[in-house]
Amino acid sequence: MANRRQTTEKSMQAMFFIIATASITILFLIMLFLFKEGLPIFKTVSVKDFIFGKYWYPTSDPADFGIFPLIVASVAVTSVSGMISIPLGVMTAVYLSEIARPRVGEIVKPVVELLAALPSVVIGFFGMVLVAPFLQRVFGIPTGLNLFNASLMLAFMSIPTICSISEDAIHSVPVALREASVALGATQLQTIARVVVPASLSGISTAVILGLSRAVGETMVVLMVAGGAAMLPESIFDPVRPMPASIAAEMAEAPVGGEHYHALFATGIVLFVFTLIFNIVADYIAHRYTQVGEASL
Amino acid sequence: MTSLLVSETTKKKKSGTVDVESITQEEKMTTIVKTTYEANPAYDKRRQVSQTVFFNLFRGAAAVNGIALLVIIYFMVANGWRAISWEFLTQPPMECMTKGGILPCIVGTFCLSFGAIIVALPIGIASAIYLNEYALPGKMVRLIQLGINNLAGVPSVVFGLFGLAFFVVILDMGVSIAAGALTLGAMSLPVIIGATEEALKSVPDTYREASLGLGATKWQTIWRVVLPSAMPGILTGAILGISRAAGETAPIMFTGAVFFTPKLPTSIFNEVMALPYHIYVLATAGTEIEKTRHLQYGTAIVLIGMVLGMNLLAILWRARLRKRLR
Repeated sequence: MANRRQTTEKSMQAMFFIIATASITILFLIMLFLFKEGLPIFKTVSVKDFIFGKYWYPTSDPADFGIFPLIVASVAVTSVSGMISIPLGVMTAVYLSEIARPRVGEIVKPVVELLAALPSVVIGFFGMVLVAPFLQRVFGIPTGLNLFNASLMLAFMSIPTICSISEDAIHSVPVALREASVALGATQLQTIARVVVPASLSGISTAVILGLSRAVGETMVVLMVAGGAAMLPESIFDPVRPMPASIAAEMAEAPVGGEHYHALFATGIVLFVFTLIFNIVADYIAHRYTQVGEASL
Repeated sequence: MTSLLVSETTKKKKSGTVDVESITQEEKMTTIVKTTYEANPAYDKRRQVSQTVFFNLFRGAAAVNGIALLVIIYFMVANGWRAISWEFLTQPPMECMTKGGILPCIVGTFCLSFGAIIVALPIGIASAIYLNEYALPGKMVRLIQLGINNLAGVPSVVFGLFGLAFFVVILDMGVSIAAGALTLGAMSLPVIIGATEEALKSVPDTYREASLGLGATKWQTIWRVVLPSAMPGILTGAILGISRAAGETAPIMFTGAVFFTPKLPTSIFNEVMALPYHIYVLATAGTEIEKTRHLQYGTAIVLIGMVLGMNLLAILWRARLRKRLR
């Protein structure tokens, strides 16, 4: 009896371990297939020409596979959205954990969660049919589908990520630190600015990086709202074509196994590497600067 | 606290007004208190004002989120509520998708998201059980967690590429519910694992100790004690997972959803229409974009209703659970 129980126990543990590695396996498979389908393009185009080539005309003959405009578009859209989402997200987090009364917090928090739950296609649709005509009228520009509009929509997709992770970080700052600061005569704002935020800076950085990583990879919004022109933008009201938009828009018409198909997978590799770096850096910061009580300050 | 004092004293040292070494600790304290309170009432006033200003700024930032949510929902509902009717919900699209309803999309989204959860839930729960109940902290756990975090960060369109290359082409499933659901399942795995881990952590250790103390094995403890107490939390996670899968478009564009198919699916190897993809198609590639505007709004409302409804349910349920735990 005891013996059989132990065998069951051992096999159970082994089974759970194997299943737990599923995430790594999937991640590995994703990389494997991206590289398997993406690398063949480098037989026709050199890596340098692919990444720094200024022209993306995948369907013309001979085709040009230079994704530099797409990379620039992704970086531009993400940076502009970060300028909006980082202050708003962090400030909301500070408000929620330091300023709001519990009852107000109980309403604001679900609002942020519901904002996160809005499907990206709905936000893209909103940006397309309502924000774009509005921008066009207000700024007198030829098209409302542009870098700025896409950044604005992306910002509202990354605010919930930034806000909820920052809030966790701020929340975990020991109360003793706040009490010490207030006892020294600091106001609540001084306590927040000089004690609470510096103490939770590693968590806030993680939040910001993950939020930006979400903005880089977000597809539907940039597909519907960014305007779709594969050119280097000159102003924030120029239409652009970030990497995910290019992949999603062209995959349907690219024949499986063709050059265009491989080029899109190679774009996927670049996108994947971008987010992988973001995530590894976030993970590194979170673990390297883990905050353990007052001693770590 | 000491760092504050030190920085204060070094500042003075630099400016050279006070010889720091010669004053005692007590005097240092009083100096600081004096500079901030009595000696400088203007400063005190100024910082009170800046606190009020900044706090209102923070309030404003939080309010922006609420306003954004309200504006989006208001415009969708205001423009689209007329499109919603019994026929809209129960008929297939007609006349090149310019008339008729969205029944195939609703059914398709339902199949894809439930399919995804059927795939992801067992794997997710088992992963979380391993991480939270069995694993000892070490390199392996760290690696698995890194894998999960990175999986959560993979862009949705990359999941689409993976699904296309692996499920559709290599495993030869074609564009089908199976391929779409597997892709979405892989994507929602981190959500499920996260929610389950949180649920498992909220089960008090005394439950486990009591069960082990009665002679139960670890597996019996998990199966009969830990899982039942964590179940509501896990189900909340499952609901969130379904709602996330239902709203995603990019992963199913190449793997499960098609432009138009009038038939309802009869097997998991059929292709389907899906609500999010339908919105995208009508809004960008339909035959007459302006003419189908009301259909686009209507479809968006149905999708928002489904997704937010599920989320609200999960949020309320979780709030009740937390109260009961307290």
